[in-house]
Order: sequence, then structure tokens, then C-alpha cells
Amino acid sequence: MNDIRDITDSPLGQYQKRKGVFPKAVDGHFRRLKWAIMLITLGVYYITPWLRWDRGPYAPDQAVLVDLAHRRFFMFGIEIWPHEFYYVAGLLIMAGIGLFLLTSAVGRAWCGYACPQTVWTDLFQHVERWIDGDRNAQIRLNNAPWGPAKLARRLTKWGVWLAIAVATGGAWIFYFADAPTLAADLFSGTAPYVAYFTIFILTMTTFIFGGFMREQVCIYMCPWPRIQTAMLDEQSLIVTYKNWRGEPRASVKKAEAHPGEFGDCIDCNQCVAVCPTGIDIREGPQIGCITCALCIDACDTVMKQVGRPRGLIDYATLADAEQEKQGQPATPVLKTLLRPRTLIYFGIWSAIGLGLLFMLGNRTRIDISAQQERNPIYVLLSDGDVRNAYTVRLRNMENRPREMEVSMAGLSGGRMWRGEDTEANAADRFVLTVAPDSVQKLTINVVAPYEGQQRDEFALSVKALDQQGGSDSHDVVFERPESQ
Amino acid sequence: MAKQRIDEPTGTQTVGHEWDGIEELNTPLPRWWLWTFYATVIFSIGYCIAYPAWPMIDSATKGALGWTSRGQLADEMAAEARRRGPVMSAIAATPLEDIAANAELRQVAINGGAAAFRANCVQCHGSGADGIRPGSGYPNLRDDEWLWGGDLQSIHFTLVHGIRNPDHGETRMSLMPAFGRDGILDARGVQDVVSHVRTISGQERASAASARGTTLFEANCAVCHGAAGEGNRTLGAPNLTDRIWLYGGSRQALTQTVTNSRQGVMPRWGHRLDETTVKMLAIYVHSLGGGEASPPTSTNPQTTAAAAAAPAAAAAPAAPATAARP
Ligand code: SF4
Ligand code: SF4
Repeated sequence: MNDIRDITDSPLGQYQKRKGVFPKAVDGHFRRLKWAIMLITLGVYYITPWLRWDRGPYAPDQAVLVDLAHRRFFMFGIEIWPHEFYYVAGLLIMAGIGLFLLTSAVGRAWCGYACPQTVWTDLFQHVERWIDGDRNAQIRLNNAPWGPAKLARRLTKWGVWLAIAVATGGAWIFYFADAPTLAADLFSGTAPYVAYFTIFILTMTTFIFGGFMREQVCIYMCPWPRIQTAMLDEQSLIVTYKNWRGEPRASVKKAEAHPGEFGDCIDCNQCVAVCPTGIDIREGPQIGCITCALCIDACDTVMKQVGRPRGLIDYATLADAEQEKQGQPATPVLKTLLRPRTLIYFGIWSAIGLGLLFMLGNRTRIDISAQQERNPIYVLLSDGDVRNAYTVRLRNMENRPREMEVSMAGLSGGRMWRGEDTEANAADRFVLTVAPDSVQKLTINVVAPYEGQQRDEFALSVKALDQQGGSDSHDVVFERPESQ
Repeated sequence: MAKQRIDEPTGTQTVGHEWDGIEELNTPLPRWWLWTFYATVIFSIGYCIAYPAWPMIDSATKGALGWTSRGQLADEMAAEARRRGPVMSAIAATPLEDIAANAELRQVAINGGAAAFRANCVQCHGSGADGIRPGSGYPNLRDDEWLWGGDLQSIHFTLVHGIRNPDHGETRMSLMPAFGRDGILDARGVQDVVSHVRTISGQERASAASARGTTLFEANCAVCHGAAGEGNRTLGAPNLTDRIWLYGGSRQALTQTVTNSRQGVMPRWGHRLDETTVKMLAIYVHSLGGGEASPPTSTNPQTTAAAAAAPAAAAAPAAPATAARP
């Protein structure tokens, strides 16, 4: 491991100044892939809250909405209630395992392509190139003394960054309220304080992280690289400089003068110039590499210019590196992608996904839960009967009012009535309408003869009386005085 | 301590320690990290100036913003009072029955009443409003037995005027004679009455003693408790035929009651709690499971309008007591 240099490689001193990173523009397959992913992720991020979804008169029309006030999560046709949070937990677990899968297959590709930090940093770098010019111009400008011209450029750049940052923070809050209404409120200054505050925080983090801290976030602040690098193994495809092919390095001229003595690397430093984290991949795999593959594009371009085969820097596994060093061909990509580890991850991932889908398909949208009142546990009545009280919650998870019948079964001689009603109307069932998308809390009094077991079990059930139907039941205990 | 040196492969200085051949690199932190640390130090200084922070001998520094947690609480309480203002005045302005009929007001009243109950009533009636335990003498407010009536107006009247407050003209008042102690009945007579009462409440089978007791009961007790022992709510005389016994239904407890009489007292809350709170308490107590429907207003002696009749009713119980005295 002696050829691995830490990216914090530094002069002496406890604290190190950030080394400027001025990545050069590059073109190639991976750059275009990165463009495509950036377009998709940003598009999804900005457009999603504006999609409408008709849920009828009793529920919001926003396709994706995190309704914190009412503790509901709407996603197209799916509505998640707080007690169904396991769906969200399931999705998070899937995201985690998906990351294992992705990492064990293609290294830190999440970092390189889809991570918000990467996407916005990339966006900011394009703005930077557009205003300051490419790498060399940027370095020149950076080293130039402050003057009106530099200040003007800097202010323009920071202004555009800030505009993007505001739009970023601004888009986030639309996920939490009706987007068109909130947008109007935002501009008229009547939106809730927390909306402005959220925009401010996200604006500042985007501006600072995307504009100034960039790779520092990836290397020092983000916990993922520690975890992700631990998930790599020698079968994972990672960006690799094929030093057995490239070394020793020499310029084209020198190599022509001494055929057979030098490797393919012409030491043009293009791979270093394009790297968004400012590392030299030729020093081997390292924590600073986010597997964005821009160096592959850069080197491939160089190889094409000098008429040598592409892939001096390429996606390769550590196992391949050993094989190729010994002159054997590399494992086919498909074979490295489909190996036990990735297949197991994929199996777990899809099992959870199918499980969630199955639960989603079978969930009831009506629910009863009951809790016996404990203080007092029972009340003795003047005719000698015993009364228990229960706090019952009826859930109507549909977006319309539903008529429901609550009934009791299994308590001999038992009758019940709602807290607002009187014993005169006691029966073994009653009907009520539960408001759309809500939990109705009721007190139910149950009275039964004194004679019976000290603890009697019976069931409280709810049944929807409309066409869609659905029912649920809850077992409760009826208690009588001890001295029986 | 080994000497610090530059590590060849990384070009980084070592910290100078060595453990079994393992050395630690003195990798520098990024400089922004240091600046972030300084920023937190500066923030904490500003925070200490702005908010109460440093403990002094008998208090803490005041803080430039004048913020206190007590003041924040006062603000929050005031805001809460403002928020509740409209619904509280609605409750104040609405007659009891109408509050009970309005689902929203009723719920607010129940919540408010429950809070007031916890503060004022639990000491006697228990936190579950069940009179703490049977036979304790504190009525269970959840059952269906009411001494003075269980409809909204009666409960409200009881709350406002209390029970047996001698200093108060409108209070619920009745006196049961101490039949044994005052010599109205001899020991055997007391036991006979007890037998009778236990018989009509189904705790004992009829016997010679209960037959003797029947006559004594008719002569001494029926005036208040009714000929069949069914009780009289105007006088707060309990129904003796049911299964609920305020002071216990055992022979021993009943002997004690008939011998020495019982005089439960409840404070009057009309002058301690505001009218809205008393209303909410009435609705809360009524909602506990024993609440009764209101009788038609014209025949209800407990309505506020008819409250003037109460002193007359209060005077009445004295009559049988004196009448029973030879
Ligand atoms: S070394 Fe290559 S793959 Fe790694 S971060 Fe730099 S450019 Fe991207
Ligand atoms: S871009 Fe390719 S040829 Fe140029 S220095 Fe990097 S590895 Fe060598």
C-alpha cells in the first residue's frame, strides 16, 4: 500500500488550507451519462411537487405531499398514515440495500453521479466555467489580484450560485404544502415563518457546500465514503489506473525514441485536471475518488489522440488488475456484475420491495382499536350490573365519509352505548359516520350482568356499510369486581 | 517518545508515538474546520451575552435580550388564553343543555371540566371520579345512583351550592337523625331496621327481625327514604333498595349509619370557581357514564329559575327529624 498517498498529503502544520480544485471540462461517455443523470435528478426534484393528482373533495390534489400537519404522506394513489410508517422504513431499508448493491457492483457510483452534493457541485462548476472560463482561466483568475474585473466576475458567479441555491431551497418546501398556494404565499410574504427559514437554511447549505466546500464535503463531512469503501471488495468495478500498462510514463516523443521501454501513460495530467475532487487516480484507489469516471473520459480522449487503445484508466476490479498484470484477460463485465454478492443484495432488495407491494395491496382502509379505561376499571350500577368503559378509535383511511357499524360479540348479556348517548339506547351495535381521512375517538360504555368471570374477553368490531366494505376487530377484556 | 519524523510514502509528519511499531500520522485537519470551531466559540459568547447564562450568587446573568423561561411561559399562557377566548365565551353564553347538544362545545367543556376536576375534585371523589372506593362516603360519580339528581341542572346546582354548607342559604341540606345515639331507637330497633334495609336491597332474606324493622322503618324512615325505601332526591335521601351503598351495605356499616347518622359535606364551588369552569365541570361529571336526561324544565325543581324553591326544600328535612323525636 506504499504507493497510496493520502489526499490530505500536506506540508507540516495542524490545519491545512483547501487546495483549489479547478476541474477541466471534458467530454465522453461518462460525462454524457453524468449530464443525463443530472437532468433527470434535477428534473424530478423540481417538477415533482407540481404534479397534480385528483383525490376527490376531501384530500389534497398534490401528487407527492408530505403533510406534516395532518401526519399524512401522499404519493400518487398511495396514502401513508403514521401507523403505516413501516412503508417508509421499508423504503429506507431498500435504499440502504440498494446502495450496498450499487456499491458492491460499481463502487461509489452513487457518489459520482446521483448524490445531491455531486449534482449541485457539478451544476455550480458549469456556471463557474461559463463565467470564469475553463481550468486555466479559472486558475489565472484565482491567482490574479483583486480588481474591478475580478470582483465583477466573482459577484456574477456568486449571484448565479445564490439564485440556484434559493431555487433549491425553495423547491424543497413545496413537498410539504400545496405547491401553487405556497408559491403565491411565498411571494406575497404570507407563507409560514418555517417556510422562509427552511429556504434560508437550504439556500445557505447549497451555496456553501456546492460553491465553496465541494470535495471537502465528500472527504471530511460525509459518512458515506467510510461505509461505502467498506462495502467494496476485489470484485467491485472501480475506477482504476492500469499502472501495469501505463508505467513507466514518458512523453510521446521520448517513447518514440525508446520503443518498448515505456508504458502508455504520456503523463499529460489530463486525468488529474478533470477530477472534481482534485486527486490523482494514478496513485491508486483512494477515499477521495467518487467514481465519477471523468478521468476515464479524459484519458480515453488522450489515448485516441496519440493512437493508443482506450481504457488506460477504466472501470476494473481489483481482481482483474491482478489478472491483467499477469497478462490474462479481464473478467467480462456481466460476470462481475452478476456474482453471488450482488445477486444476494438484489434478492433481499426485491424481496422487501415485493413484500411492501403485497402489504400495500392487502391493507385495509378501516381500522378499530380499543383501550379499556383503567380508572376506574369497572363501575358497579344500582341494579347490580357492572359497567366498563373503552376508548375506541375508528380509522377511516379513505378520502370520503364512511358509514360504519360498530358491534360487540362474545359477552353474554352485554350491551353498549356511546358516551354521548344514554343507556336507554344500549344495544349490541350502533352505526355512525366517520369523517373522511380521519380517526374518530369514542368512548363506549359496556354493561353486563354481575355474574360472570372476573375477566371476560369479547370482541369489538367495525364494518364499513358501503359497497367497498372492509372490517376490523379488536379483542378487549371486560372486568368485574374481585369478590365473585 | 520517539522523535517526530516525516513519513516517507505519504509525506506527512508522524505524531511521534510508536506502539509496537505502529505509528500515527499527524494528518492535518482542513482549515475550515478550525474556522468552524472559532465560529462556534464566537456564537457561544454572543449567546451568553444575549441569554441568561452565568450563575451568580443568588441568580444568573440577565441576558441582553431580557428573555426568561418564565416570561416565555407567561407569553405562551397568554397566547393560549387568547386562543381559547372565543370558545370559552361561547361556553359562558350557552345554556348547559345546549352546550351538551353541541358536539364541539361539549368536547371543549369535557376537556376543561376534566382539568378542573383534577385540580379541585379528585381529593374526595378520586382521580377516576369513582369515589375512591366503595363505602368511603364519597359518591361514585360514574354510576347511575344520584343522591340529589344526575341531570345537568341538578349536577350544576350541587356544584354551585355544595352539600350541607351551613353558612349558605341555598346549599343542599338535609339531616338524618342519629337514631341510636339520640335514643330514638334502642339497639334492637336499630338492628331490626338494618335487617329490613338489607332485605329490601336483596342482601338478606326476610326474617322476623326484618318484619319488625318494616314497622319501625315506616314510622321513622319512610318520610325521607320513601315507603319502599326508594329514596327522595329532593332531600338527598338515598335509594335503599339498590346495590349501591355510599357508606357500605354490610350490617356493621348500616348499624353505624342508623345509630350515628351520616352527614356528607361538599364545598360549594360557586364562589371559588368561575361560572364557566363550574359549567364545564357539570358537563364533565354528567359525561362520565351516569348522566341522566333532563326532566322537562317546568317540573324540574333544580333549574336555576326554580332555585328559589331550594331553601324550602332544605327546610323540609328538619321536619321528619323533629317529628320522629318523641
Ligand atoms: S479520480 Fe476519476 S473517477 Fe475518481 S473522482 Fe477523480 S475523476 Fe472521478
Ligand atoms: S490522462 Fe491518461 S495519459 Fe494522461 S496522465 Fe492521465 S493516465 Fe496518463
